[in-house]
Amino acid sequence: MKDNSKSRLFRPGSNSSLFVTAIIAILLSFLVAAVVMIATGIQPKGFFDALLRTMTGLDFSRAGTAQFFRPRYVGEFIQVSLPLILCGLSIGFAYRTGMFNIGAEGQLIAGILCSNLIALTLPLKTPLLAVLCIISAGIGGGLWAFIPGFLKARFGVHEVVTTIMFNYVAMYVSNWILKALPGSNPQRTVDLPKNALLGSDFLRKLSGNSRLHWGFIVVILSVLLYNFIMNRTSFGYELRAVGFNRHAAAYAGMNAESRIILSMVISGIFAGLGGAMVAQGTFTYGRVLQGFENYGFDGISVALLGGTRGVGILLGGLLLGGLRSGQPLMQAMGVPLEIAQIVSGLIILFVAMQHGIERLLLFFGKRRLEEEKEESVPEESSLNDALSPGFEKAAAPAGDAAAKATAGKDAEEDAEASASQQA
Amino acid sequence: MDLLSSMVILAFIYATPILVAATGALYSERSGVTNIAIEGIMTIGGFVAATVTTLTEDQLGSWAPWLGILIGAVLGLIYSALHAYVSIDLQGDQTISGTALNMLSLGISVYFCQIIFHQQRTRAFQRGFVKMDIPVLSDIPILGNLFFKRIYITFYVALLIVLLTYIILWKTPYGLRLRAAGEHPSAVDSLGISVRALRYSGVLISGFLGGLAGGIMVLTQATQFSAGSIHGVGFIAMAALIFGRWNPWGILGSSIFFGFSQIFSIFSRDIPLLENVPGEFFYALPYALTVLAMVAFSRKSAAPKAVGVPYSSTH
Repeated sequence: MKDNSKSRLFRPGSNSSLFVTAIIAILLSFLVAAVVMIATGIQPKGFFDALLRTMTGLDFSRAGTAQFFRPRYVGEFIQVSLPLILCGLSIGFAYRTGMFNIGAEGQLIAGILCSNLIALTLPLKTPLLAVLCIISAGIGGGLWAFIPGFLKARFGVHEVVTTIMFNYVAMYVSNWILKALPGSNPQRTVDLPKNALLGSDFLRKLSGNSRLHWGFIVVILSVLLYNFIMNRTSFGYELRAVGFNRHAAAYAGMNAESRIILSMVISGIFAGLGGAMVAQGTFTYGRVLQGFENYGFDGISVALLGGTRGVGILLGGLLLGGLRSGQPLMQAMGVPLEIAQIVSGLIILFVAMQHGIERLLLFFGKRRLEEEKEESVPEESSLNDALSPGFEKAAAPAGDAAAKATAGKDAEEDAEASASQQA
Repeated sequence: MDLLSSMVILAFIYATPILVAATGALYSERSGVTNIAIEGIMTIGGFVAATVTTLTEDQLGSWAPWLGILIGAVLGLIYSALHAYVSIDLQGDQTISGTALNMLSLGISVYFCQIIFHQQRTRAFQRGFVKMDIPVLSDIPILGNLFFKRIYITFYVALLIVLLTYIILWKTPYGLRLRAAGEHPSAVDSLGISVRALRYSGVLISGFLGGLAGGIMVLTQATQFSAGSIHGVGFIAMAALIFGRWNPWGILGSSIFFGFSQIFSIFSRDIPLLENVPGEFFYALPYALTVLAMVAFSRKSAAPKAVGVPYSSTH
């Protein structure tokens, strides 16, 4: 298959192709969003200005004044990105094992619930409480993901449906428990103790009074851990092997069932940690949710944009975080803030169209290859032209294979790489 | 008796959009395309129906909601064509595509609310659908009170759709082919029948019915469209499809059952044994039961065998 796509520009599944796909998805999403804005009589400039100002803190309309750089925007934008990055890691992790975890939203809610419960019930007076809350959030998310993982491994029940259903169950159970806590009203619990929160005066001062908090350390550690497990451990290799072909992995002596469960649990832990960011960083009290807040769903955009690679997810999370935290500014600039959600949805759509994009890239790659060939061996290429309607035919099978095995592709590649290393 | 009859009627009203949407999803899944975008399609349908109704009711009066749900259904169909294109022609991941549609729908609908109405919801419509007594039938003792008084006519439209669906899918050659496309597409292909066309039809019908369901839901249960209008009913419809084992009569039963579970949270305070059960329990019930049902049926799944698997014709 690989020989069919020798194009230097594009090789399905490689890091560079993931990068190209992500960039194309982003550009197309912005383009379509701009078209929507223009068609509805809205100035797209406001959207892009708001996004730029949110993500850099720079306001070019006030260049030269003290208002030119406002760190508060940057602090807020990073703060908003933190749970999104963790949800991205959650979805990415399961995806590499061949599972689609739409339940990050519910696992994040489970994490929030556990964090709130520990914060409101443990009579601790030291910052250790914050750490315990984070850990319990991770455990909560992990346990909530254990059930779909177990059902998938043991009964073959599809995780997409169970995790969707569990999102709602998590929300209603969490609302019920939080409302039942002493001192709660139908909207919220009492304030969490100060030593359970992740905010700090130091970071607040540094970032011009934003809600930036110590949670970013958790996120950085999580990204490192993600990469370590995936790329440096035999466990991660087994996970990817199971994702690539469950039966082949079982045949090779791996315990596919336990790998599926573990992968879901770890995925849930990441989402649960995201819940800790929301519970202890963004807010200072437990909240009864009226509906989903889409951290877990934006996490899907993040994971797909990042090509399920650690660093990619970090960058994808920052972009989605920028879009999210820029919403009030967009609205202030006369752009309906839902445009951010449209962009997020479009990104997922264009990644789903990956196959089409890949085919397009292969098409151009092929053509370039053919042109090069034409220059060197003109007879052969003219023969090609005469025999076949062109490169499209050759490109199609490679594209097909790419779509069928996006998740498994890299497992295959890595297997080859490690085999050659051993040799 | 009064409590029972008002409960039954309300359960039917809540079951109607679930029933219509789940029947729509049936076409798509039976043709072999997973459609988790029902929630998003319903959102589009609900937004369009509410918008059309509120903009035309001065001219059209009681016909406005009918026009609303019709246009909502058509736009649901157009919206679902995106899913069809990605799933069938591009052979993309159907789960990812469905998720994209779900996310996009909220963004699009509320964005256009802001453009048209300058707020994050549509303007409230004056009436929507009106509850009515069905002539003659409502005079039947007991049954008339239970089933035919103060009810929306849309419930009977939904029943009609289920009946039609049963006839179309199980009594016509088209239905046989559609179901075959979801079970064994290469067999359909080998007979020279286009799997692509069948699957397109399945997804587009699900888009039409999904949009219709969204419109019915907003025009019978709300006074305007807002971001929270559909609040997971599309996923309950998916649950009803699974719980009803991909069969119209099963879907009818599970939809009405889930309709009851939705209204129990309202009525539980008046029912002696249930008064201490929190409302959240009833909200969560359909989702939890569906997972249990999937486990119980996991040995003998009723899901179409080729659902979610892209098919590329060899021709």
